[in-house]
Amino acid sequence: MSNQFQPQRRQFLKQVSGTAGLTLGVAMLPASRVVGASDVVGEALSPNLFVTLEPNGDVNITCHRSEMGQQIRTAVAQIIADELEADWQRVTVLQAKGDPAYGDQNTDGSRSVRRNMERLRQAGATAALMLRRAAAEGWQVSADECVCDNHKVIHSASGRSVDYSELVAVAAGLPVPDSDQVSLKPRNQWRYIGKAIASVDLTSVVSGNAVYGQDVQLDGMLVAVIQRPPVLYTRPKSIDDKAARKIPGVVDIIEMPGASAPALFAPLGGVAVVAKNTWSALQGVQALKITWSTNEHSTYHSESEKQRLIDTAQQAGETVRQRGDAQAVLAASEHTHSATYYAPLLAQAPMEPPAATAWVEDNRVQIWACTQTPQATRKFVSEALGLSPEVVEVNVTLLGGGFGRKSKPDFSVEAALLSKQTGTPVKVVWRREDDIQNGYYHTVSAQYLQAALDSDGTTVAWRHNTVFPSISSTFSPDAVSPSSGELDLGFIDNPFSIDNMLLEKGQAKPHVRIGWLRSVANVYHAFAIQSFADELAHKAKQDSKAYLLKLIGPARMIDLTEDGAEYGNYGDPIDKYPIDTGRLRNVIERVCKLANWDQRGQQGRYLGLAAHRSFLTYVATVVEVTVNDSGEWRIPNVYMSIDAGTVVNEGNVKAQCEGGAIYGLSCAIGELSAAKGAITQSNFHNYQVARMQHSPANIEVDIVDSVAPPGGVGEPPTPPFTPALANALFAATGKRIRELPIPLTIR
Amino acid sequence: MKITINGQTEEYQGDPQMPLLWYLRDELHMTGTKYGCGMALCGACTVHVDGQPVRSCRLPMAGVDGKSVTTIEGLSSHNDHPLQVAWAQHNVPQCGYCQSGQIMQAAALLEKNQAPTDSDIDSAMAGNICRCGTYPRIRAAIKSAARGDAK
Ligand code: FES
Ligand code: FES
Repeated sequence: MSNQFQPQRRQFLKQVSGTAGLTLGVAMLPASRVVGASDVVGEALSPNLFVTLEPNGDVNITCHRSEMGQQIRTAVAQIIADELEADWQRVTVLQAKGDPAYGDQNTDGSRSVRRNMERLRQAGATAALMLRRAAAEGWQVSADECVCDNHKVIHSASGRSVDYSELVAVAAGLPVPDSDQVSLKPRNQWRYIGKAIASVDLTSVVSGNAVYGQDVQLDGMLVAVIQRPPVLYTRPKSIDDKAARKIPGVVDIIEMPGASAPALFAPLGGVAVVAKNTWSALQGVQALKITWSTNEHSTYHSESEKQRLIDTAQQAGETVRQRGDAQAVLAASEHTHSATYYAPLLAQAPMEPPAATAWVEDNRVQIWACTQTPQATRKFVSEALGLSPEVVEVNVTLLGGGFGRKSKPDFSVEAALLSKQTGTPVKVVWRREDDIQNGYYHTVSAQYLQAALDSDGTTVAWRHNTVFPSISSTFSPDAVSPSSGELDLGFIDNPFSIDNMLLEKGQAKPHVRIGWLRSVANVYHAFAIQSFADELAHKAKQDSKAYLLKLIGPARMIDLTEDGAEYGNYGDPIDKYPIDTGRLRNVIERVCKLANWDQRGQQGRYLGLAAHRSFLTYVATVVEVTVNDSGEWRIPNVYMSIDAGTVVNEGNVKAQCEGGAIYGLSCAIGELSAAKGAITQSNFHNYQVARMQHSPANIEVDIVDSVAPPGGVGEPPTPPFTPALANALFAATGKRIRELPIPLTIR
Repeated sequence: MKITINGQTEEYQGDPQMPLLWYLRDELHMTGTKYGCGMALCGACTVHVDGQPVRSCRLPMAGVDGKSVTTIEGLSSHNDHPLQVAWAQHNVPQCGYCQSGQIMQAAALLEKNQAPTDSDIDSAMAGNICRCGTYPRIRAAIKSAARGDAK
């Protein structure tokens, strides 16, 4: 019976994806098995790109977003399997290749769930409806009388039920229903959504079998390590590779095309050592003697640049949001307070340094990479090779962390260029030194804040000027001013209810490539705003929590257009995701209850509080510190309350809060500096990141039970951490921290 | 030279200076042992050599001649080492990249200390970085494996 429907199914697949194979994507298999991932075979049911039921009823769910620890592969499967009423034991998750057919695949901005939840539910529900219709046809009843329940269709009136496996062939022959015929389950019937389901990759990780970008191995593959220019856009003046060529296993030394502004996603250039194995390549690159050209970035010193940024911040900037007349009130006030905040450059330093493998054949290019952005990889690789994107296949491995670094496809382009030149598959391995010295950095920033208090200690005027080299400089050489995209991140959306407010920005030139890092500009904006709020509470001699709530003011929806400000709201509509100070107040109240804030004095505990809305999610954090006689501090407890709207996996939200807090700790204690244009640090001995002994011993997370649309989860836990820590250290030591990094010993 | 890797004897004739890490990954294609820094700073490459935890990225092949190496792939026969079980129970991994090294380091700790305190754990694990920040769960999982809860 099913045969007669076969042509119809094929036709559908062609329409949506061009080839049937795309519906399968590529599984997380060892590379040897990834090559040539097979087509759908037999009478599979594939109503859309995301879900396939095999003839035996097993379900393959294709995740089109990159997995970097946020458990999106699990979350996508939960959403689809829920609407499909699939038995979780019979679900396998496959990984999509880069293909515009999936829509946006750029895994950043904490938007995988919020932008995809509805369409993924729809994808699962569509398959479920087809299975119901197939069963109804067999039983000669109406599909409305049938329900899907844990891999079965049930007709309760007659007490009949049938396993999905017996319906696949028939369902595959049915027309795919239009979305308006598909109904989604009511929330109270969700089976998987919201639950703390363990990661689908757990076993492969704890057994050492998970495959990351660095792990890809192909037959005949060469390994390349590249010495990139220490100073942005400089080029080799001379290359002495005699010693390098003598190293056993070194196959070739290749000068890479040099880079120039704007950086975009292009490789930086430099000299590649291509070798039979990683060790030979590493030794080869060590043995290179290269002298480099100089340019205007060669005089960049982070110390002198720091002063320039601070000077700029302390002058008047360009107004980006204005309410009342902050300048006049400040000038007339008897009680003013001001502070300058500074945060240095940082590297994302994902645990796995970037790596990509390319195999360029005549008219076919295959890439395997730990990329956050397979479609951009496809585009930039094809452009670099002068080929059309269609011939470039991008296979996404697991990512050993991303944090924004792996949303730049430069490393895949390097591999493609080298594979083309050598005629063999090439894996480009970034060393940790490359990752730290040749990155796309979290920008350095200086901020100046001023406030006027009335006689009750109430803040009546607020002025804030933010100055930092912008990410937009990576894309446009003339960009010397913070972009609106960055100001939207915790600056222009300042939630305080103050009658006179002036928000400004100032100019700063970049000397390194600037990129995204988990939460981006929210990190330094939250640090300054939430620390300064604590300063004002102290100045007014009021409780920090009460003062923060007073600054935020009553529960309301903030309309920034009233203050003449434009606001992108993370690309989502403001009516669906308003700036809701009620939700911000709520997480503050909840976290303070959890932390027993009011009792802290009697208990002799030192707590710091901060709250921040980012990526449409509200997080409040309380950090508890202890400081010993020599000034060394520790964090026994962290308390967090998060309102991320509807959550898909409670367990992962908790894990992201824990990880986001500890990532925030790394942001607070880490620092990159530069001398003569080059980054001074090179590895984990001089680039400090949080280790176990400094990390919170205990993190308690409270997740607000909400039916609001889903917000972001991967990034929002990070921004409030640093100010909460700094405020706690102030409570404990009386020392105000306005400059990062925070030393591990406070004197 | 002869080396035992996860119970199997291997012959090696290459560069005696090559670190064990690259032998495991590039020659044996055992990629469970990870590269994170190459300078014994992060612990991602941790394996056991004659039962001791070592950073394979800095250990030349000459140093393992005649010795017995255990990697994450050989820690247990069915991924059922108490730590692997505890790791699963506590949902420790996020990206997972550091976790082979964390588990191998913790396994060596439990070999000599069946009831580690918080500060024992801190000092044993200080060399293992997790950029995803799974430290609180690592600590909890080590404790539950030590207590024998992870079965
Ligand atoms: S790779 Fe060996 S300790 Fe980092
Ligand atoms: S789980 Fe990602 S680095 Fe540890």
